[in-house]
Parts: sequence; structure tokens; C-alpha cells
Amino acid sequence: MIELAMLTYTYPQGHTIFKDFSWKIDRGEAWAVLGPSGCGKTTLLYLLAGLRLPTVGRLLIEDHILTHPRPQTGLILQDYGLLPWATVRQNVALGLNIRQFYGPDGKHTPVDFQPTYDVDHWLNRLGLASIEDKFPNQISGGQRQRTAIARTLVLQPDLLLMDEPFSSLDAPTRESLQNLMLELRAEQELTLVVVTHAIEEAAVLGQKILLLSHPPNIETEVIENSGAAQVTYRNTGDYAFLCRELRSRMEAS
Amino acid sequence: MKRRDLFLAILALILIWQIAALLIHRPILPPPLAVIEAFFDEITNGELVEHFLASLWRVLASTILAILLAVPTGLLLGQSARLNQLITPFVYLLYPIPKVVFVPIILLFFGIGDFPKIVIIFLILYFQVLVLVRDQAMSIRPELLQSVRSLGAGRRALFRFVYMPATLPAILTALRQTVGTAVAVLYVAELFATQKGLGYYIYLNGTTLFNYPAMYAGIVALSLMGLALYFTVDWLEHRLCRWQFAI
Repeated sequence: MIELAMLTYTYPQGHTIFKDFSWKIDRGEAWAVLGPSGCGKTTLLYLLAGLRLPTVGRLLIEDHILTHPRPQTGLILQDYGLLPWATVRQNVALGLNIRQFYGPDGKHTPVDFQPTYDVDHWLNRLGLASIEDKFPNQISGGQRQRTAIARTLVLQPDLLLMDEPFSSLDAPTRESLQNLMLELRAEQELTLVVVTHAIEEAAVLGQKILLLSHPPNIETEVIENSGAAQVTYRNTGDYAFLCRELRSRMEAS
Repeated sequence: MKRRDLFLAILALILIWQIAALLIHRPILPPPLAVIEAFFDEITNGELVEHFLASLWRVLASTILAILLAVPTGLLLGQSARLNQLITPFVYLLYPIPKVVFVPIILLFFGIGDFPKIVIIFLILYFQVLVLVRDQAMSIRPELLQSVRSLGAGRRALFRFVYMPATLPAILTALRQTVGTAVAVLYVAELFATQKGLGYYIYLNGTTLFNYPAMYAGIVALSLMGLALYFTVDWLEHRLCRWQFAI
């Protein structure tokens, strides 16, 4: 589904983050991208989102070279990216309104877009119905992130990108949202890429884990984690073993 | 602000005025009751209403014109660093100039009638709205823009769904800040080349007819207009920017 072929990305200031970097993601896979601060995790996600373009090399999604954000890709950021002046319901409906604004042009809106306006379903599914008239400054961090997730899923994406989505939340909220993401991924048959600096989060969400180190990243270091993506996985010995393994690899790099 | 506090403040000001009138005891400062009486007389005979409406029209027309022209310019500068770099030196040179000094020049250029007066007030409002809208547009977090872009928004949708609603509070703040100045400049502008408007009415009654109660009635009308405009902006803010007051 996604292919990075000999991709190089250099910041305008001259700092190279990826050099001749290759990576492949198949449809329906759940990936976690793990690495220390400044290793290029977020840059990689922005490249996948089409918000940044490779300096050299190609990034293909569904065999098409990515030149701008793709309407079938959903992006969820750490700081939620909610409109402060819009209610929870209006925020969830934002993407649909943008699609209606442009119409099915293939660039901003998929050509086969059917305006289902399924806001109520997602408000209910994510437990937001009772706060649909509240503004973002009136709700908790967990509720804001649920709103951001609902806003993305209402557009029925096939690829979901998440940048440190739960790092600013308390532990119980974080765990419940991680479990929710596992359920939603299975329900929607999504391809998932989660960027995180938290080893435990990568181990829970990523069936495959891409380990990045200090830039420039050249080698593709992948760790298989087939037990992940199940809610009960975090209570197993395999999970504890993997976390130790990831920690030692990160320290070594 | 509570209505009760406003009412008490009005009462206190009237009381101070009454005491000052008693102490000075000259026709140049009539007591509030005489002014209130003159105010209602002038309203009944229709003269004050006519001048009030002429002034109100000038303030409203210049405000609408300023919003229509300054908001798009501010939005453009706020989201284009290059354009902002190019235009900002001009804005910084022109913004601090007290526009009221241009009254004679604008009158010479545009002659008599409403237009030159509207232009003067417009110039003051324009820069204030422009600068605040630009600053607000520049302060929108890049993360917010990126996440809305990821929902499919291009430049046009970003304007419609992010920049415009984000700058609405800045427009209203600019209006609130400039209401006082706009009314003051209106007075100065109406001293020249007109026979309609509260500025003309106050000046005529104060310096030619020596009808001091009527002059003060004009000042009261001008103050009420400023107050009404201020409260209108407040009301609009509560209605259009509900999220700012939500707790």
C-alpha cells in the first residue's frame, strides 16, 4: 500500500533526516514508529500525510506518487488540532463540511465520496453524544482526543496516521484510548501508523515496529510483534519481553 | 459588566455634574435636568434626531467599509510571510500617524458631503482592524492548520473554516478599541463643510447660538451613540464568539 523508495528528506536549513531510506507498509497492517526525540518520527508521518514532500526519492501510496495530502488518509496529532470556536459536533463534522465545500474533485475529496453525514454514529461510538454542544476548552484531554479520532474516522479513511496521540493524557485514559484504537482498527480494517516515543505504546499498538535512531536514518530496522493489536496483550510475558528488548535497542542506538 | 453597576455609574456621574453645576453656577455648565429637558425637546422637534442619524450613518458606513477592506488584507498578510514582509514597513509608517490631521487634506480632495467624513473615520478603523486581523491570522498554530489540511482543506477551505472564524474576535476587539476614537474624529470631521451631524450641531449651539443646554444635549446624544456602538460590539461578541465565554 505504501512504499518509500530510496527517500531522502533534508530540512530547508540543511539537516538531513532520512537518507536513501526505504520502507514498505502493506494494507491493513498496524505499525508503530518508535525513536527518541529529534529522530524524524513526526517528519516521517508528515511525509506519509503528504504535508511534506521528499527531497529525493519517491513515496507511493496505492501505486501513486504522493504530491499533496490524500483525502483517504486521516491524521491525528498530539495536540488534537480541534477548532477552538467550534463545538464537539461541529469539529466532528468539519472534514465532511470541507468535502461538501469542494465537492468530489478527487484532490480534496475522493471522487466516489458519498455525503453520508454520519456524525451521530461516531459521536455515539466514541461516547461524545452527551458533550456534543461543548467547546474544546470545556472538555478533558481524553474527550478532545476522542473528538479528533471521531473527526477523522467519519471520513472513512483507509490509512490512519497518529502522531504521539496519547502522550499528554493520564495513564488510565491513555490505556482506554489505546484499547479503543485497537477495536476501531479491527472494525474499520484500517492501515495504522502510530508515531510514539513511548516503548509501551509501540508494543501495544504496533504489529510491526519501525525503530528510528539519530538522523540521518538510512537502515530500516523493523521488529515483528505479531501478538500486538489485541487488548489482552499488555498482560502477557511476550509484551514485557518485547518492552525490554525495545528499551535495550533504543539505548544501544 | 452588570446593568446595575452601569446604572449606578450613570447616577454618580449625574450627581457629580449637578454638584459642579451648582458650584460653577454659570450658563456654560447647565444642570443635568435642564440638559435632559433640552434633549427631549430637541428630539421632539426632530432636529437632534436628524443630526444623530446623519452622524450614525457616517460611522456605520465607515465601519462597514473598513471591515470589508481591512479583513481581507489582514488575512492575506497574516498567512503569507513574504507579502507581510513587503507590506509591513508601509503599515508601520502609516499606522501611528494621527489620521485626524488629514481632515483638511481629505476635505480639499473630496469636497463637501458625506464621503470625505466617511473616509477619515475609515482610515482610522482600517489600520486598527488590519493590524489586529493580521496578528491573529499569524498566531494560528501551525499544528491546527496542518490537521485541518489533513482533512482535505486547501487554501480556500482554510480561509473559510480556519482563518475567518479565528479572526472574528480580532475584528470585534479592533472595533471596540476604535469606537471612541471614531466618534471623536466624527466630531472633528463634522466641524467642516456640513450642516448635518452631531459635530456641527454641538459646535453651532455652543459657539453661534450660545444655547448651552442644546449643546450639552448634542454631547449626550454623541455619547449615547458611542455607548450604543460599544454595546453592539459587545453583544456581537457574545453571539458570534460564544466559545470565548464558555467555561
